[in-house]
Amino acid sequence: MSKITLKELSHSYLSTQSKKDDWALRDVDIDWKDGGAYALLGPSGCGKTTLLNIVSGLIKPTKGKILFNNEDVTNKNPVERNIAQIFQFPVIYDTMTVYDNLAFPLKNRGMSNNEINSKVLEIAEMLELKSTLSNKASGLTADGKQKISLGRGLVRTDVNVIMFDEPLTVIDPHLKWILRSKLKELHQKINRTMIYVTHDQTEALTFAEQVVVMHEGQIVQIGTPVDLFEKPKHTFVGHFIGSPGMNILPCKISKGEVYIDDNKITTHQKIKDKNFSKTEIGIRPEFITFSKEGIPVKIVKVSNTGRHKIIETKCSKGKIKILSKSSNEIPTDSAFVSFNKEFTYTYGDDWIIE
Amino acid sequence: MNKTVNQKAWFFVIPVFLLVAFNAIVPLMTVVNYAFQETFGNNVFMWEGTRWFKQILQSDRFHSALGRQFLFTGIILVIQIPLGIGIALSMPKEGIWVSVCLVLMSMPLLIPWNVVGAMWNIFALPEIGFLGHTLNDLGFDYNFTQQIGDAWFTTILMDVWHWTSLVVLLSYAGLMSIQPAYYQAAEIDGASRWAIFRYIELPKMKKVLTIAILLRFMDSFMIYTEPFVLTGGGPGNATTFLSIDLVKMALGQFDLGPAAAMSLIYFFIVLLICWVFYNLMMKNEEKS
Repeated sequence: MSKITLKELSHSYLSTQSKKDDWALRDVDIDWKDGGAYALLGPSGCGKTTLLNIVSGLIKPTKGKILFNNEDVTNKNPVERNIAQIFQFPVIYDTMTVYDNLAFPLKNRGMSNNEINSKVLEIAEMLELKSTLSNKASGLTADGKQKISLGRGLVRTDVNVIMFDEPLTVIDPHLKWILRSKLKELHQKINRTMIYVTHDQTEALTFAEQVVVMHEGQIVQIGTPVDLFEKPKHTFVGHFIGSPGMNILPCKISKGEVYIDDNKITTHQKIKDKNFSKTEIGIRPEFITFSKEGIPVKIVKVSNTGRHKIIETKCSKGKIKILSKSSNEIPTDSAFVSFNKEFTYTYGDDWIIE
Repeated sequence: MNKTVNQKAWFFVIPVFLLVAFNAIVPLMTVVNYAFQETFGNNVFMWEGTRWFKQILQSDRFHSALGRQFLFTGIILVIQIPLGIGIALSMPKEGIWVSVCLVLMSMPLLIPWNVVGAMWNIFALPEIGFLGHTLNDLGFDYNFTQQIGDAWFTTILMDVWHWTSLVVLLSYAGLMSIQPAYYQAAEIDGASRWAIFRYIELPKMKKVLTIAILLRFMDSFMIYTEPFVLTGGGPGNATTFLSIDLVKMALGQFDLGPAAAMSLIYFFIVLLICWVFYNLMMKNEEKS
């Protein structure tokens, strides 16, 4: 168990770097507390797997340091770091039985047979693998195999951190739920630091206490699921999290006031005048209501999801999506909308203006 | 699934059937014909039954050629398979050296068999060959045209040089298909280099190695051109392998009956061993 600190971490897969795009990871600073459950969230290619592999020691970063309990481990290999990692696709040792697969990491560390036996049985019990322990691992289904991979990561009780690299990709949807809650339960039971990489927001938001959102090799926001939803610090967080995502509309800022066309918008923040190459306003569909006055919109499409209606509208600056209760009355053609100022933010060059 | 029955489909099979008939079945049947009869030419045949088979199976000459053949194939398999795997493991996995290695490895495979024999013949000649001359200069009494041990040594060395690359290329293909996550997982599990080889690389190479062993078995068991050009089967009969002996019997002595019987026996030995080996490997596959 340990606290993990990443300091000014950057990584590039190229030998020389001249422009921003050459970096897979840029200026990452994170503090992960001992025993926490964290998620790394971002679309494919945002650098989250790179970051994970740097923490586990499979990749050495181009710049920066990794500290475990304030001790520099940047030059140590995965065994010395004593970590466990579960990969996206099941990795099993084909020729071994399920039991031997689970025992393998313990055997390699020279543990006595009795100890191995009790640990393996315990983990097999937890993952419901007990009935297949003596079977050949290669005969199992994809999710059975992934359970073995999980088991091999969880069987060692002394690890500093357990990392999951999109571990549920190959699992059936209904089993996904079961395994996900199992992981959560496990975290509460063994209280070990866990880092979970995923591109699925539901997975990240349900698993983690804190979510790190990544975009183009950079961390755009670290926060609780509620933070990410209510106060996105970057337009990317706004439209990546939430369904549908945040509405982002171009706006004008003059003398500390925000305008869409000539409509003045009241926002949560005080606006300082600064020079931005682009300024935008962000508002989640949940916080928009129809009103007598405000921004004029035309209704384009209404879709009913059961509990909610998603109303697609168009204003002079672009599309605005609105989420409202199914029971609510929807105007038919043109209407005015107003924004809840508590949840209306302005963004300068994609970052929140504070 | 429901398949429609349509007898016209046979028309599609006929061309292939004719092709196979003319290049395999008809010649083979000619051999079968010879194997059971005696002929003195002029298309006059006399029925001999299984006489030639009995004669071959009881002849010391066949036994010793078969023995030499098994010894040779055994030795080259024992050398080439581990050596090939070893080279494949030590080859680079990325960068420009990959293509350099692959091209260098393919070179011996591209040389015609009789050229390989001729090359090694000249290379190994005790007076003028680079290998032969050097060995003698170093104080070894080396002469592959006179000494049995030297002849075997040279033949095996030639075959290893010519064919190890095939094992290397197949093993390398097998290795390259292993996803990096396997190595990463093994690293995290604290596996030793040996354990990685034993539990990841070897199982993943199993299929290509089965093919490599089969190909190397068949080719080496039927080897003819290279030793024929290199040693001519000598000194004495020391490197007269089955196929060389067969050609001697058929074309040298013109004993067509016994030669045909020997061909069939030879053919069945190859077929039987391949069949048994392949099934054993695949049976394990199903179990796991």
